[in-house]
This record gives sequence, structure tokens and C-alpha cells, in this order.
Amino acid sequence: MGKMPNWADAVLVPIISLLLAALLSALVILAIGEDPLAALQLMVKGALGSSYGWGYTLYYTTNFIFTGLAVAVAFHARLFNIGGEGQAMLGGLGVALACLYIPWPHWALALLGATATAAVLGALWALLPAYLQARRGSHIVITTIMFNFIASALLNYLLVNVMRPKGSMDPATAKFPEPTHLPTLHDMLAPLGIAFSKSAPANISLVIAVLACAAVWVLIWRTRLGYEIRAFGHSEPAAHYAGINATRITVITMLISGGLAGMMAINTTMGEAERLVLNSVEGAGFIGIAVALMGRSHPAGVLLAALLFGFLYQGGAELALWTNIPRELIVVIQALVILFTGALDNMVRMPLERLFTPRKPGIKKG
Amino acid sequence: MTPAIELQGISKAFGPVQANKDIALKVLPGTIHGIIGENGAGKSTLMSILYGFYRADAGEIRIHGTPVTLNDSQAAIAAGIGMVFQHFKLVENFSVLENVILGAEDGRLLRPSLAKARKELRALAHDYGLNVDPDACIEDLGVGFQQRVEILKALYRKADILILDEPTGVLTPAEADQLFRILRRLRDEGKTIILITHKLREIMEITDTVSVMRRGEMTATLPTAQTNPEDLAQRMVGRKVLLRVDKAPAQPGATVLEINGLCLRDATGVARLKSVSLTVRAGEILGIAGVAGNGQSELLQVLGGMRPAQGQMRLNGKPVDIASPRADARTRRALGIGHVPEDRQREGLIMQFSAWENSVFGYHHDSGWQRYGLMQNAAIRDAATAQMHRFDVRPPNPALEARHFSGGNQQKLVVAREIERRPDLLLIGQPTRGVDIGAIEFIHQQIMALRDQGTAILLVSVELDEILSLSDRIAVMFDGQIMGERPATDTDERELGLLMAGVAPAGGA
Repeated sequence: MGKMPNWADAVLVPIISLLLAALLSALVILAIGEDPLAALQLMVKGALGSSYGWGYTLYYTTNFIFTGLAVAVAFHARLFNIGGEGQAMLGGLGVALACLYIPWPHWALALLGATATAAVLGALWALLPAYLQARRGSHIVITTIMFNFIASALLNYLLVNVMRPKGSMDPATAKFPEPTHLPTLHDMLAPLGIAFSKSAPANISLVIAVLACAAVWVLIWRTRLGYEIRAFGHSEPAAHYAGINATRITVITMLISGGLAGMMAINTTMGEAERLVLNSVEGAGFIGIAVALMGRSHPAGVLLAALLFGFLYQGGAELALWTNIPRELIVVIQALVILFTGALDNMVRMPLERLFTPRKPGIKKG
Repeated sequence: MTPAIELQGISKAFGPVQANKDIALKVLPGTIHGIIGENGAGKSTLMSILYGFYRADAGEIRIHGTPVTLNDSQAAIAAGIGMVFQHFKLVENFSVLENVILGAEDGRLLRPSLAKARKELRALAHDYGLNVDPDACIEDLGVGFQQRVEILKALYRKADILILDEPTGVLTPAEADQLFRILRRLRDEGKTIILITHKLREIMEITDTVSVMRRGEMTATLPTAQTNPEDLAQRMVGRKVLLRVDKAPAQPGATVLEINGLCLRDATGVARLKSVSLTVRAGEILGIAGVAGNGQSELLQVLGGMRPAQGQMRLNGKPVDIASPRADARTRRALGIGHVPEDRQREGLIMQFSAWENSVFGYHHDSGWQRYGLMQNAAIRDAATAQMHRFDVRPPNPALEARHFSGGNQQKLVVAREIERRPDLLLIGQPTRGVDIGAIEFIHQQIMALRDQGTAILLVSVELDEILSLSDRIAVMFDGQIMGERPATDTDERELGLLMAGVAPAGGA
């Protein structure tokens, strides 16, 4: 059957999906009596119009890169990890433990250490679902989502009963010590003579996130493990024929996936809050699914999709702040984008594919 | 005489692929008309048009002289066309009777339909020798009988034109003979039969007229009596084809593979292999004949390390661990066992991987393809390109995904990968299933060349012709056991056919 050129598949399909989502969102905004064009303007200005806006957009982007990569890596092994939320929560715990209990001499070492503990705890949180899937056939979608709730309850308990400083009313850890505070984009860009908003939370974790994209690319397309992960994801019987161990691949892939999700915490917990708070993940684990879907599980795609969702998050917040458009509507818009770019992908692709195949009289589906 | 079926100028395209090009065909009533062609020649598309699954882009269909439009299978049935598919479309846990009336019930109540069908079936059995117990459950029936039910379904719907798509693929030679007997009787009673097959022997044996298709075109229609297998093969492929394999006598060396008392039970506890013992020596081909589903697949999987089993296996005299779950396909490859699996699309290849990625599939651990922990993709791609040229894979494009190659070229990719490792033992399952004649010839030559270089080869095939022409020794499997073993020079289809049906020869195996 006909095949589209790659650029159309990678660029045209998401753009058209996006436009459709935007169109529908505009209709919804019209329906509640607001001006969609003004809303769009506000979103663009709020998210991209100032270094303050960019600072927030990139902050969210960093989160979504990590969780998007986590879902993408698992997708390559045809594993649907929707436990990014819980794995990121455990990552937060890892960051908190590293920052509170180890006296770091410098933020760079602290960052390395905290990244490692965040990744390890995130990975461990994915280990049990992975093992259950591989050896017991318990479906990973069910177990990972259950583990989200367990993680939430666990952190609740730890923050309220164990890690909360004496006398504090707030279910959060103590503030991390000064040497663990990460440089923000303001700090990093100042020596280069670029003025960047001081109060925006984007920080050096963004660099780690971009490096993670490159690392995932190497892993998937340049290493033997990546080869085996993809082979396993495409065809389990064939992987078995080739002597690829299903349990091993399932477990290792989920460890990597959970580790990436956990690493998100260096951005939120270490970079922004500088202490571990309740609900530090704020749904980024789930947004990661949409990011991975839209980015076609390719690191470059994940990067771009994360940027888009970062824009939607920040722009949406601005919208709620400055207009009568209620906060819930922002969620509707985000949901429409997820719906069109993720779930209804084929709705756009199929007609496009037909457009690209040389037309013969009377082409008909079978 | 008015033809039962007359096709004129039938064309059908799928996107850029022209599956049928300006096809003209006349089938006279009361004849058996064979349609032969390679995979992808357009036979199935043409028959799907005739059965209303596809609509032709252009052309005209006449049934007994009347132009018809066949928009769906209901219209085809109404026009008197019945189809027996290669993969039966029966409800396994329904009785024969229930299957026959399925979709042709007369009203909301089943009882009158069932009673009518019972009477009808009795008449059909009497007229055509199609005896089947109407109350038997489909899953309890043998494959040959299930096929009869398919034919009965068509006849019950008053079909007088019967299309059979590769009907003998799943049958033993004896069952195929019975089928042919039924088909002849149907013809003698005035039915028109179209037989689609890729087996030249069947065309020669049973058809009155034969049409050859090649690349979507009908290249010839001629009386079967005026042609021969070599001529037909040439017309199918478009060049001269060697139908028999050039084979020097084997020079068997030391014993390479020795298995003893191999037993396997599947997940439901059914015994699939019952104490199988055999040996294969260097430089010889042991062919395993048998009807599909009698344990051959399981034997290959056990030897290839894909599932653990009980019993002993020795390779070059050394015991091989086959019982522990750690005994996987990777360790088996490291021992020097190559494996061309029965199902190349499900197992042998990753269809979404490019040809070059597939060229190291299973061997991707080899040190030659690794450096600094990274896959040496450029080196793999170069090696794959050279390999594709040696094996004449078309198109010779290593970046093309496996699913975009034809069946024969996919098989060449697998065979090339496994043969070029120079294994001590090569396991081959169905080397030419769904492969066109030209590629069959090439693959057979490669297998023979490997044998002559001293590799021990275990060949499993449901094509008896293939077993007979390649093997040096032939073992027949039935119900998980080896029924008997014969030197290839000292047996024939008749004897093997009996063994395949589970009839132990006098004098014992």
C-alpha cells in the first residue's frame, strides 16, 4: 500500500492534529463567550513573550521530557508504563534523601548524586510491576497505575509522619541546604551577558533532560540492548527465536523507564521547590504519555512535544490568571490536544496517506 | 457452449500495485479449471473479485452468459458461486449441520432449517460421495472432513461453480486423493470447478484446462493434456526452471546431531513429542515428512532452543542441555546450530526492521558487530549489502524494511543469515512455504551446497515433493512419533503417505 514520505509522517500529521485541536478549542472558547484569538494571543505572550514566561515554559518542558522519555523507552518494548507519576514521586523521595542526609560540598556533585538516587528509586518503583508482568503475566498497565496510588500514600505517610520537621504544619521536608541549590537559567545565562528572569524556575535540569534525550537515542538505536528492546517490542515470538530473554528485557526496560521518570524530580524538587512537598509531580507522569505518543517515541519528537506541552501548561496558567476562562477549560484544551495528537492520530494519517498515494481510478478499500 | 464463467478485461489495482491486469478467462461448464501462478501473481485477487470481496476497477463478469455485478459474497452465492477457502471458515464447536445452515437459515426458528438441511445433506452425500456425519462436532473432525463440510456448505447454497483455494495444503496425500475423487464426481455431475494451486503435479493430475497467471496477467490458457510441468513452470516464472534438484550422492561424515527419547508436553499437558530419537550426520540431509501439526514444529523448536523438553540431545558427541529454561536459542546458536524457522514472518524476521538489522538477528551478540558497547551499524549494513547480492535478494536495498520484501526474498534473507554462519547443524522448517518457484530453485541449491560442505541438515517440510527431492534419508512423523525412516532412494510417495497417515508398515518401523 501507499507510503507517505517520512517528513509528512513526522511533521504534517502532528501539525494538522494540532490545528484540529486548536480549532475545536476555539469553538469551546467561543461557546463560553470569550474571544479565542485574544486567548491565543494571551497564551503566546504569557508563555513565550518574556524570559519569565520562557522560564516557566522550559521548566514544565523539562518535566515532560523526562516523563515523555520514560514512556517512550517502554513503548519501544511494547510496554505501556503509565506509572510515571508514582515513579517520579519516588524520584522526589530519592532527591530529598540525597539532599537532606548527605553533606554536599558543591551543587554539581549534589546534582549528580541526587540524579542517581532519584533514578534508582524511580527504577525500583517500576521493578515490581515489571517483574510481575514478565513472570506472572499481571498486566503492566494495571500494576503501574496501582503503584501510583501506593506511591502517593507512601509519600503522604513519609511527609506527614517521618520527614516533616518538628513543629512544622506543612507536610513537606525541611528546606534543602544551600550547597544543593541548583543554578537557574538566570544564573547560567548571566555570565554570557544574557538577561533572564530571576524568578522563573527553569534550571540546569533542562540540560540534563536534553542530555537524556541524546542518551536515549543512543540506547535505542545504537546499542545491543536497544536492538533487543525494539526487537522484543515488534515481535515477541521472533525475539524468543533469536534467544532474547523476555523477562530480562521487560525488567531492564522498565528499570530504565522508571529511572527516567524518577529523574524528573531533580527539576521540581531540587531545582524549584528545594524541598520535597506533597504532590510534587502534579500530573507530569500522565502528560508524559501524551508527549511520548505525539513524539512517536523518538527522543527528538519527545523534546518537541514536551516543549509544546510546556507552552500549553504555562500559557494555560496565564489564561486562567488574566481572563474569565476558568481553569477547567485549560484542562479541556490540553485534553483536546492529547486526544488529537495521541489517540486520534490515525484519523489524520489515513486521509493524508491517501492524498500521498498516486491516485488510480477507483481505488477502494478491501 | 456458453461458458459458466466469462471474465473480460478485469483489472484491479491496490494503490500503485496492479494486482490484476486486463484479465480474460472462460471456464466451460462441467470442467475442472486450474489456475496456477506464483505468490503475488494475482490468483487470490481474481478469485476475491469473483466472490464479491473486491470490486474490479474495470471489466465484466458473466455467469452462464448473464452479466452480473458482484458487490458482496451474498451476490456471488446468489449467482451460484461457492468458495472453499484455504483456511476454513467453520465454527469449531458447532455441529456439521449447524455450520452448513449458518448464514442460510430459513427463518427465526432453527428446527425447520436443520431438518431441511439434514435431508439435503443426505441427498448430497448420495449424489457426490460426500459422506460426513451431520451431527459430528467440527473440532472432532479431521482436516479432510472439515474441508468436505466447506464443500457441503457451498453445495447447500446451490452453488454450481465451486472455487477451491489451495485445497491440498493441509491434506495428506491420501486425503488429497479422496478430495480429487470428490471433485471429479462433482464435475461429472455437471458442476464447474476452479482449482487454485501452486502445485504443478495437482494441475496435471486433475484439471481439464489450465490458466497461468504471472504478475497480474493471464499469460496462457490451454488444455492440460497439451502441456507438462516444465512448460507450466516456465510460463509461471517467465524463464526456464530446474524442477528437480541436482544432487550428488551424499558423503555422510561423523554424527553431528543425536537425540534420544525426546519428549515434550504442551501447556495443556498433551504430549507433542513422544520419545523421538534420530541422528543426523555431517554432510547429509534428514528430511522429516508429515502432515502439519504432528510434532515437527515442536521438534524444531526444541532443537533450536525455543522450548525446553525431556530427553537427551548430543551435538558432535557432547551433551546439550535441553531441559533447563536457561537453555535458550542464544546458547544453541553459540554451539553452531543454525535455524531457519517455519514461520519467517512471525519468528525469523522482525518485519519492521530493515534488511540489514535483520541480517544479524540472533547473532547480534557476536563480537564482530560490537565496539565500545555500541552496535557497529555501518559494518553490519555493509555486510548485509554484500550478502543480499550473493543471495540475489530483490530489491538489494539493505535499508528496506523486511515487510516490504516478497515472501521469497524474505526467506532468502533468513536463509542467507543462517547459512552464511556455516553452522555445524542447520535446522530448516518449511524452507519454501509461500516462496515463488524461482526462489525455491535458488534456496534448494543453497541447501544442497551447504550439505556438500559438510553441514548436517534437518529439514522439516509438509511438501512431500520437497522432502523427496532434497533429503538423503526421510523420517516420517505422525502424532509426535517417528513412524519410520527410509533412505530417500528407497521409498516413494505411496509408502510415505501411509506412514504420514499413521499406518505402521508391515515389518515395523
